[in-house]
Amino acid sequence: MSIDLSQFHQVFFEESFEGLDSMEGGLLDLNPDDFDVETINTIFRAAHSIKGGAGTFGFQIVADFTHVLETLLDEIRAGTRSLEADHIDLILRSVDCLREIMQALQDEDEPDMTTADELKVEFEAILAGESQPKTKESQPERASSKETPPKETQSTQASASESETTADGSDSDETSESTESTGHWEIYFKPDADVLKTGNEPVRMFRELEALGLLTSDAVLCDVPDFSSLEPESCYMAWNLTLEGGTREEVDEVFEWVIDESELSIRWVDETATSSISTDESASTAEDVSEQEDGSESARSEEVSEADVEKALEEVIEECKHIDEEDETVAEADEPVVEDTVVETAVADKTPAAKKAKKSSAPESTSIRVGIDKIDSLINMVGELVITQSMLGQLGEDFDMAKLVRLQEGLAQLEQNTRELQESVMRIRMLPISFTFSRFPRLVRDLSKAMDKKIELVLLGENTELDKTVMEKIGDPMVHLIRNSLDHGIESPEDRLAAGKSETGTITLNAFHQGGNIVIQIIDDGKGLDKDRIHQKAIEKGLVTKDEILSDEQIYELIFKAGFSTADVVSDISGRGVGMDVVRRNIQELNGSVEVVSVPGEGSTFTIRLPLTLAILDGQLVRVGEEIFILPLVSIVESLQVDLKMINNVGGNNEVLRLRDEYVPILKLHEQLNVEPENYDLEKGLLVVVEADNSKVGLFVDDLLAQQQVVIKSLEQNYQKVEGISGATILGDGRVALIVDISGVLRIVNQLKGKKAADDPRAA
Amino acid sequence: MSEQALSTSASVQTKEDVENALGSHDAATDQYLTFFMNNEEYGVDILSVQEIRGWEAATTIPNSPDYVKGVMNLRGTIVPIIDLRLRFGMPQVDYGAVTVVIVLKVGTETGDKIIGIVVDAVSDVYSLTSEEMRQPPDLGEQVNTTFIKGLADVEGKMVILLNIDVLLNLQEMPDTETLKRIVAETE
Repeated sequence: MSIDLSQFHQVFFEESFEGLDSMEGGLLDLNPDDFDVETINTIFRAAHSIKGGAGTFGFQIVADFTHVLETLLDEIRAGTRSLEADHIDLILRSVDCLREIMQALQDEDEPDMTTADELKVEFEAILAGESQPKTKESQPERASSKETPPKETQSTQASASESETTADGSDSDETSESTESTGHWEIYFKPDADVLKTGNEPVRMFRELEALGLLTSDAVLCDVPDFSSLEPESCYMAWNLTLEGGTREEVDEVFEWVIDESELSIRWVDETATSSISTDESASTAEDVSEQEDGSESARSEEVSEADVEKALEEVIEECKHIDEEDETVAEADEPVVEDTVVETAVADKTPAAKKAKKSSAPESTSIRVGIDKIDSLINMVGELVITQSMLGQLGEDFDMAKLVRLQEGLAQLEQNTRELQESVMRIRMLPISFTFSRFPRLVRDLSKAMDKKIELVLLGENTELDKTVMEKIGDPMVHLIRNSLDHGIESPEDRLAAGKSETGTITLNAFHQGGNIVIQIIDDGKGLDKDRIHQKAIEKGLVTKDEILSDEQIYELIFKAGFSTADVVSDISGRGVGMDVVRRNIQELNGSVEVVSVPGEGSTFTIRLPLTLAILDGQLVRVGEEIFILPLVSIVESLQVDLKMINNVGGNNEVLRLRDEYVPILKLHEQLNVEPENYDLEKGLLVVVEADNSKVGLFVDDLLAQQQVVIKSLEQNYQKVEGISGATILGDGRVALIVDISGVLRIVNQLKGKKAADDPRAA
Repeated sequence: MSEQALSTSASVQTKEDVENALGSHDAATDQYLTFFMNNEEYGVDILSVQEIRGWEAATTIPNSPDYVKGVMNLRGTIVPIIDLRLRFGMPQVDYGAVTVVIVLKVGTETGDKIIGIVVDAVSDVYSLTSEEMRQPPDLGEQVNTTFIKGLADVEGKMVILLNIDVLLNLQEMPDTETLKRIVAETE
């Protein structure tokens, strides 16, 4: 009967991470003063299913922790507690904490529970602290009937108010219901006839109960019908169980999954007082059980003297005050801690964002959810492909030249099928960019708090789709850029007001498609880049010489150079000088580019351009001698035949092409790639003007061939990285052609130039 | 086992352990595919051989060493081709009808790689026990002999058994002189 639950763990983790994400999203939308109950409900539901799943799969620590979180949410949901900004913060931190715990569990590590325990204390403090007015009404009867010491009552409040307001009885709890006092649980359990069909097996539940303490069971068989009318799949039995041991919570948990489809009553029978106390019953069974319960309860409440009630009440109130104080001190003591974590969050590799990215890239076997419509269209296309294939097969069996036209038609159809199939397979890998964008509201919220800036984040084009692998790799560079905009771009509220802008800065993330590329823009309305300071700094760092006259664009370009940082004080958030060049390199690795436009006083715009997918490239085939190379079509500006009049010779051997109003250096591809060309003469070949890293260069090739989509194959898989080559592909005739990495070629050229420059003075 | 004592790389040891355990043949017997280069016979573990193909033109890789003949398309996978003659510094010969490419699976730190080696001709397959193999002679610290698994005497001929995992990962290659000395000293 035992099922290996571990096979479902992956699904559980995935769902839980999704749940956490939706909780986070919901929490960020919440405004304490004016919130939508539906948002709270969404958060609550997510928390509840995480708790349920964790319980089922035996991740008790997760279940326990989520439980307190859920209790608070439930009170807010029910309106018995008002939502405060602190609560949102606390829950957000718990979401982070849960994520870490689950990540650890997924990696089969021992999760670090210190944060969780701290948070739990905070939760309990909140739960115990406020909502007094409500408690005052509900407590007297409770306290009187239970004669429990005040400590226990705190947690009872929660369930007391909860069971009044929510119908979901399974969530009620008595966390600290003690088993120390002698007594036992009396449980009446009558499952619905269909309980077995839903996969709930009473025997297993009893086995779980048995683990809590000594269990005696007494089956009620009076409902079992005659053998002839007995349905083998139905359950006709009911049980009276007595259990010595276990807490209310533990007992509740055993029945958690059947509570809606059974009659259940759980009573604590105190042996010392020889009176049994009904704690609470599940709502679904209330009517059925109330007859037997109510009588006894009302009778028993009368036995309690009025003096007892008052005494208990006083104790409770006193305890509440005490807890309130405690609550405050806890909150105070926690404030600096919160900030520390936020700052740390922003800086080091420990950031949740970085972790998240690591997470998403590390396990290769992560799954993606694909819409059924995409799968359906794929199946349709495979169907068509099969038809075409059989048609061609038939044609081939007895072929003569008369059928040539039909063969050509068939091949055309095959081509179309293949292309469609390819496109829809690619579409499967496409996800809306909101998956990446969704983590930024949190980042901006935390960072702006840490920096005392008021910032609004605007997300546009969230439904723009791009390849999953690209998406995974673009997250970190974007985090960097956004951090930079926050730290360097947006001014402090005072400065903004002084500059005549609104106090709140705006960062806009915009994504859209543009000719086979996806463009992501990060726009801030801050102070813009400080040209003079950048120039100054670049001179200090020796990146440029004093005499060089640079255009604005060239100056802005400098921020992408390695070892460049303008921040006078290296803040924790940014300014370690490794940022921007890493950003650019990461983006270039994806065959993309990044550029910046800035207007002083009005803000800066960083524009990232990325190919939609990493697997397929639109390529221009060019011939150099015998070899065929592929240039990425996106980087080609134009191709032209050379007129020698347009060629100027600069500084000896450097030829430049005068192209309208600019000068473009000429690069002979055969020299860089060491191949034998057909023509050495510029006039006889062709020039392909390409753009990379914001500079144009003319590549000299022998001939232009076809333009086609090529499937990118890795050279590194079996060989190694080759400078100037980004990959390989297989042409229609089975030959391998290499894809030229234009910025890589430029790098080689620059290195050679640098070498020459370094060599020259020595020679002199 | 002596052959294990010979191999220096830990990864190679475990690989052999597995292969020995899996092999249905006698644990001490290994099969080797042998080939000729410069009239010398070399052998590689047959389990690492993926396939043997005739030579066909490969796409050259820019700025690569001369022994890398280029890359070819092996059913959709890009496979680099290495001329073992040039790798060992032997004189180059024109590729002819018997010139073959042995496609090997090579274990590296970053996982298995598929690499083709160009050799003069394929010779035979021998079953050798570890007792039949001799250790390569010690030529002092200057000469690295870890790429040699052992030397075996087959019907009066000397066969040099190569440890390809080590060989194709080596930065420095033994030259022909060293190879000759190894053979000479063993005999």
